[in-house]
Amino acid sequence: MKPRHKRVLIIIAALAVIGVAALLILNALNSNIALYVTPSEVAAGKAPQGQAFRIGGMVKEGSLKRDGLTVHFVITDLVKDIPVAYTGILPDLFKEGKGAVIQGRLNANGEFVASEVLAKHDENYMPPEAKHALEQAQKNGSVK
Amino acid sequence: MIPEFGHYALILALCVAIIQGVLPLVGAHQGRREWLMLARPAAQTVFLLLATAFVILAWSFYTNDFSVLYVAEHSNSQMPVMYRLGAVWGGHEGSLLLWVFLLSTWTILVAQLSKALDEFMVARVIGVLGLVMSGLLLFILTTSNPFERLLPAAQDGRSLNPLLQDPGLVFHPPMLYMGYVGFSVAFAFAIASLLSGRLDAAWARWSRPWTTAAWVFLTLGIALGSWWAYYELGWGGWWFWDPVENASFIPWLVGTALLHSLAVTEKRGGFKSWTVLLAITAFSLSLLGTFLVRSGVLTSVHAFATDPKRGIFILIFLVLVVGSSLVLYAMRAPKSTVGGKFSPSSRETFILLGNVFLVVSAGSVLLGTLYPLLIDALHLGKISVGPPYFNSVFVPIMAPLLVLMGIGPWTNWKSSDLLKVIKRLWLAGLVAVIAGISIPLVMGEFTWLAGLGFLLAFWVISSGCLQIIRQAKVGKPTRSFIGMQLAHLGIAIFTIGVTMVGAYQEEKDVRMSTGETVSVGGYQIQLKSVNLVPGPNYQAMRGTFLLSKNGNTEATLYPEKRNYFSSTMPMTEAAIDAGLTRDIYVSLGEELSDKSWAVRVYYKPFVDWIWGGCLLMALGGVFAISDKRYRIKLKRHAT
Repeated sequence: MKPRHKRVLIIIAALAVIGVAALLILNALNSNIALYVTPSEVAAGKAPQGQAFRIGGMVKEGSLKRDGLTVHFVITDLVKDIPVAYTGILPDLFKEGKGAVIQGRLNANGEFVASEVLAKHDENYMPPEAKHALEQAQKNGSVK
Repeated sequence: MIPEFGHYALILALCVAIIQGVLPLVGAHQGRREWLMLARPAAQTVFLLLATAFVILAWSFYTNDFSVLYVAEHSNSQMPVMYRLGAVWGGHEGSLLLWVFLLSTWTILVAQLSKALDEFMVARVIGVLGLVMSGLLLFILTTSNPFERLLPAAQDGRSLNPLLQDPGLVFHPPMLYMGYVGFSVAFAFAIASLLSGRLDAAWARWSRPWTTAAWVFLTLGIALGSWWAYYELGWGGWWFWDPVENASFIPWLVGTALLHSLAVTEKRGGFKSWTVLLAITAFSLSLLGTFLVRSGVLTSVHAFATDPKRGIFILIFLVLVVGSSLVLYAMRAPKSTVGGKFSPSSRETFILLGNVFLVVSAGSVLLGTLYPLLIDALHLGKISVGPPYFNSVFVPIMAPLLVLMGIGPWTNWKSSDLLKVIKRLWLAGLVAVIAGISIPLVMGEFTWLAGLGFLLAFWVISSGCLQIIRQAKVGKPTRSFIGMQLAHLGIAIFTIGVTMVGAYQEEKDVRMSTGETVSVGGYQIQLKSVNLVPGPNYQAMRGTFLLSKNGNTEATLYPEKRNYFSSTMPMTEAAIDAGLTRDIYVSLGEELSDKSWAVRVYYKPFVDWIWGGCLLMALGGVFAISDKRYRIKLKRHAT
């Protein structure tokens, strides 16, 4: 085979791999992205319907209730409250009055059913998304 | 007073590092031998200065000098000595000091072990490393000085994050950083050869063992981190596709590609430009990893409260390094891209294809990691890309790579008869298919993904066995050959572990009272009691669980829920009964009511094979480095 043909062949093979990978990536990105939504946005009905998303905010003081393995609590940006239900073991750093990020979807009663409660590893650390939600709510509040 | 000496040593190290970075490079360019000669002593001086700074910081931790801000923030007089010393790199400033200390360690290793190499080349390599060193030292001194004072001194320190108070902290960061930083040597060799225009097989032979060494450390570092997360975080997972994990994994993928591409450059003189580009990329990605971890732009388990100034500095540094090396590359890279002639059925083709798969997978992981940043920067909203993305992209790209791994080693350089190869491999294919069908059936449930996993793993294993048999007929195998077999076997073992855990693990979150039993994976686990036990700087609730199978007691497990005195944060300490074919993993959740606890129980079949596979890969790398030919060439050069 001529060197030029060989080179063309190699380039075609490489492009094929990259093309397939690109398809896979686009497909996977489409179905596996979770949007961050603030509690105020959820209250305003701006949350994605029938799709998992993430809420960042604070766990409201005094809202934590246990029912066997299921936990109910409220996530808030200090303007709007969203009730949350989660079944399973909470991460060590989950606490009332602290920031948290949760992933899940809304059920028919407007309760957020969490599939995942994200843990942070440093008690002095506030998840940027939770901070963002609080700042956003504050900004809107002062404008109104 | 002592910490000021440390600070002073850092400033001196920066000055000497600038000399190390500038004079030898200029000297090599202008042919001034006396400037070249400065390279080694300068590198040695930097090493001594940084070792001094490092020891002084460790001393400050050892003596509980809470007038040093960094010590006050990361240590505590109640902490055991081992963790006080581990805490030296438990935070941002100290881990960067570790970074530069390891960089200078690599530098003097190169300086000492390359006596046979021509002076110009050595000077350039040391010079490039000196420039990198200068940049990082400047970064430390301007934004992250570990010796900053806290006046008046704190009564006691704030203590290290309880999660980090674990033997894992002592080993994982140094190993990982040795790997990260080690790619700087491959980078320096690549840049030096671009500068000198001598991009030849000798260059590849020189940088190959260094690259392999860095790769070995990185492999071990990532595996240790994964193992640590598995037993310490209490979640029982071994890989989370966390941005920081990805930041170490992307350089690993590119580094693996680089290892293989270097083989072609060494043996056949081909792929030169590609190899150089990979060397530059691997190091740039290591720097990017440092940036991602240290700037706090990513939401991650490794994220600490951070200072945006730091991120910007590393970003500028990154742009400078990548930009200048790419400009140099564009100017100097050899024009012929393919090198020695080879046919589409040659070993070169297989290595190149493997390279394409590795680089594309690295790219897809990088994309998934940076995508949320990109979207946020464009103000399109805040999103997160979860593990399903990575799994659904990574697995299909890796599967063909394993197929290639079974064939590639059978092919010859330049050209080989693929039909012959396939005829030799029919047995391996048969074994693979049988394994792919029968193992899932034995495990109780057939899924296509599990079938594929076992098929690929046994394809690689049986192809490797056939290679070993063939080699045994020809003669004594070289260490390179043994190294390759071990590393490839490691991949197969790793694949078996991942497949088993992915398909057949059982996880249960349950509520248990004393005396209650839960069964998982054919085992029974009974909660005997939960007691309060004191620790050195914490108090723990310790559960006692009895693990039994068919009525025979196999082990007693003691998971703990710890409360550290210096922190309000509770810590879950899982208990694991490890075994060759399965781990049983128990961790305590919260106390739900009187005598009843939330408990997490896992059955993890073959999970230890994941890290065992990584160990084999690293061992393979060690064999490859110790191959005779690197030493013989050394002697020949010396005479």
